[in-house]
Amino acid sequence: MTVLINDTGFLTEDPTRWIDPEARIDLASDTDPAHLRSMLIGKELVRIAFPSFADGRGFTLARLIRQQGYKGWLRAQGHVIADQYAMVRRSGFDDVEIDDTLAQRQPEDQWLARADWQAHDYQTRLRGIAA
Amino acid sequence: MYRYTDFDAAFVAERNAQFRAQVERRIDGSLTEDEFKPLRLMNGLYLQLHAYMLRVAVPYGTLNSTQMRQLAYIADTWDKGYGHFTTRQNIQFNWPKLRDVPDMLDALAEVQMHAIQTSGNTIRNVTADHFAGAAADEIADPRPVAELIRQWSTDHPEFQFLPRKFKIAVTGSPNDRAVTKAHDIGLRMVRNDAGDPGFEVIVGGGLGRTPMIGKVVRDFLPEADLLPYLEAVVSVWNLLGRRDNKYKSRIKITVHEHGLDDIRARVEERFALLKPAFTGVDQQLLASMKADFAPPAFTDRDTGPFDLAYANDPLFRSWADTNLSAHRAPGYAIAQISLKAHGATPGDATSDQMRLMADLAERYGHDELRVSHEQNIVLPHVHKADLPAIHAALKDAGLATANIGKISDIIACPGMDYCALATARSIPIAQEIATRFDQLKLEHEIGDLKIKISGCINACGHHHVGHIGILGLDRAGVENYQITLGGDHTETAAIGQRTGPGFAADEIVPAIERIVDTYLSERTSAEERFIDTFARVGMTPFKTALYGEADKRAKAA
Amino acid sequence: MPAIFTPKVITANALIEGDVVYLTETDTWSRRLQDAEVLTDEADAQIRLIDASARTDEVVGAYLADVKPGKPGPKPAHFRESYRAKGPSNYPHGKQSEAL
Ligand code: SF4
Repeated sequence: MTVLINDTGFLTEDPTRWIDPEARIDLASDTDPAHLRSMLIGKELVRIAFPSFADGRGFTLARLIRQQGYKGWLRAQGHVIADQYAMVRRSGFDDVEIDDTLAQRQPEDQWLARADWQAHDYQTRLRGIAA
Repeated sequence: MYRYTDFDAAFVAERNAQFRAQVERRIDGSLTEDEFKPLRLMNGLYLQLHAYMLRVAVPYGTLNSTQMRQLAYIADTWDKGYGHFTTRQNIQFNWPKLRDVPDMLDALAEVQMHAIQTSGNTIRNVTADHFAGAAADEIADPRPVAELIRQWSTDHPEFQFLPRKFKIAVTGSPNDRAVTKAHDIGLRMVRNDAGDPGFEVIVGGGLGRTPMIGKVVRDFLPEADLLPYLEAVVSVWNLLGRRDNKYKSRIKITVHEHGLDDIRARVEERFALLKPAFTGVDQQLLASMKADFAPPAFTDRDTGPFDLAYANDPLFRSWADTNLSAHRAPGYAIAQISLKAHGATPGDATSDQMRLMADLAERYGHDELRVSHEQNIVLPHVHKADLPAIHAALKDAGLATANIGKISDIIACPGMDYCALATARSIPIAQEIATRFDQLKLEHEIGDLKIKISGCINACGHHHVGHIGILGLDRAGVENYQITLGGDHTETAAIGQRTGPGFAADEIVPAIERIVDTYLSERTSAEERFIDTFARVGMTPFKTALYGEADKRAKAA
Repeated sequence: MPAIFTPKVITANALIEGDVVYLTETDTWSRRLQDAEVLTDEADAQIRLIDASARTDEVVGAYLADVKPGKPGPKPAHFRESYRAKGPSNYPHGKQSEAL
């Protein structure tokens, strides 16, 4: 089982449950960025895998997808730790999906402690608009 | 100097609070060691051979006296009364305890310092010319740009878990003192034909296992495009850089594998995509940073005291001849304080020495100090009239060694005396070489000669770009030292060539002596520097001096 | 003939203090190499290491280090381990300075 997390903490219901299976896609962290545009046509939920929390490619993929104009739901899925929550949100993800064991080790309060991801952000400050 | 805005101060405070919690969560088991390690590294905390080590950022090497005094306080309170200045213009404390580190970070924050991104697979503390804002040969002060890069790279959400570390250096002078060609990105401040300011962008340099000299990826990048361009480079590399093999993950390998043209095309494409996100606010901030780094109010005074001491005091004269550099303001000099007393640990300063240097900076040096990548301290703005007093004070504190740029001004990484990655020790080798040449009284006759020592292939001691480079290795359970000759760390950067088989620890000092003797007998005049003689005569005479005649070598083999 | 298993000890760094520790026969961590349990059987050593590595609230980075058995206790077989057991060579800091 997995747990979904956003700024409000651990979710009891999946906000994307209405999305048609056809409109969902899972991306591996080594997805070739050259193919992103065509892969995402018609998609409304994109899940980017974090096979390990140390694999930071998902952050770049997320920003790239947003920079290319994708407006749908973006989810970070896999080994993401609470300490990365601000990075996830700032990179353009909407929420995080982790497994139960990790959720037990890092309970909700550790994620809520990072819910203020908009504060203290050098990137917004340097760009003048939300990146 | 740059002063923290409220934003910077709040950011560092928040970050320190997070780290304090992370330490507790490591102890209570919420974080595994695997998860905690990158988090502590991001905050400058290593676990070394004998203890933890905290590496504190000295952004672009600039410090004021208050900050230097606080470093002394930290050394006394939580460490063993000294600090080690590194080739990355940082300072390291070798003996902190895990539970004390959050307090140390808070103490740093009190003086607008931190240890953020001094380690880990992220964009590291940006380095710059240690003579910035003072050098006579400078086109523009690189520090405002370095500060802008510091802010942009700090906590950048996309770049905290990169394939490997990423180092950026900036220089504003054609004489490169920042080793820009040995960085992942080197920035040289230039002007185009129209006179507009911008950068030559060099990418893919680096030392380590596969040393490479950086290549120019963009001849001229307009100043305003800097951040989006840097972001494009790092973003492209984050996806493309290899994660399967840590020896192949640095951008130098990515550039080598894909070719410069391919990388350039990818970067330009990414740059076009992300540039619109920058609305120009960064340039307004840059303008205010430039104001922060406005030159101090130089005064017009008589240099009489300097001339008098120079004429009459041979110790002062010798120090002035080796440790001073040309300043742009009339009557001023850049003074280097050598942290290389013969036989001492290169780059180490006691807390008392730190306080004295702080006092001198405050009293005579417009409150500024610099850390050089050569592991010395710089007083960038001192009036010549004050130099005799400065010299006298330094002498009393054991800080007046007149050896800048000489054979005993050795760069040495911590090596196996501290570093967990080391394959051999480097500090004792540096100590022995310096002591030996001091005994021989040959140092000044030898002239300009850079020895650089690393305790493993990671090359923190920059051995590849030393005129004489020494690399410590483990050969079948014994420390062994490989020598390279002809390396160059300046704008004419070059990787040194290996002489041949390495030397045991007790053979390395005699080997260096033979190299130096060969140079002294081969050089055409005292004006011809070691590096020039080497370029002229090549490796052969040095090889012969080290290993005997070629035919004898062949027989032996 | 199978390769001879060189005697080993289990060593790590203490989580809080950071200094070098060795696993003793009674499963405690000692700061002195001479107290370390010398492991001469490979299978036993691997099991002991797995158990020691799991004690993540006490130590970091446990591994097996070669030793030469001796009196009063084992001696390091490699120079890296002698530096770890002693402290840095440029100052009298670390274990060499502590009355162990
Ligand atoms: S060169 Fe090697 S031994 Fe020296 S500090 Fe770097 S990693 Fe450690």
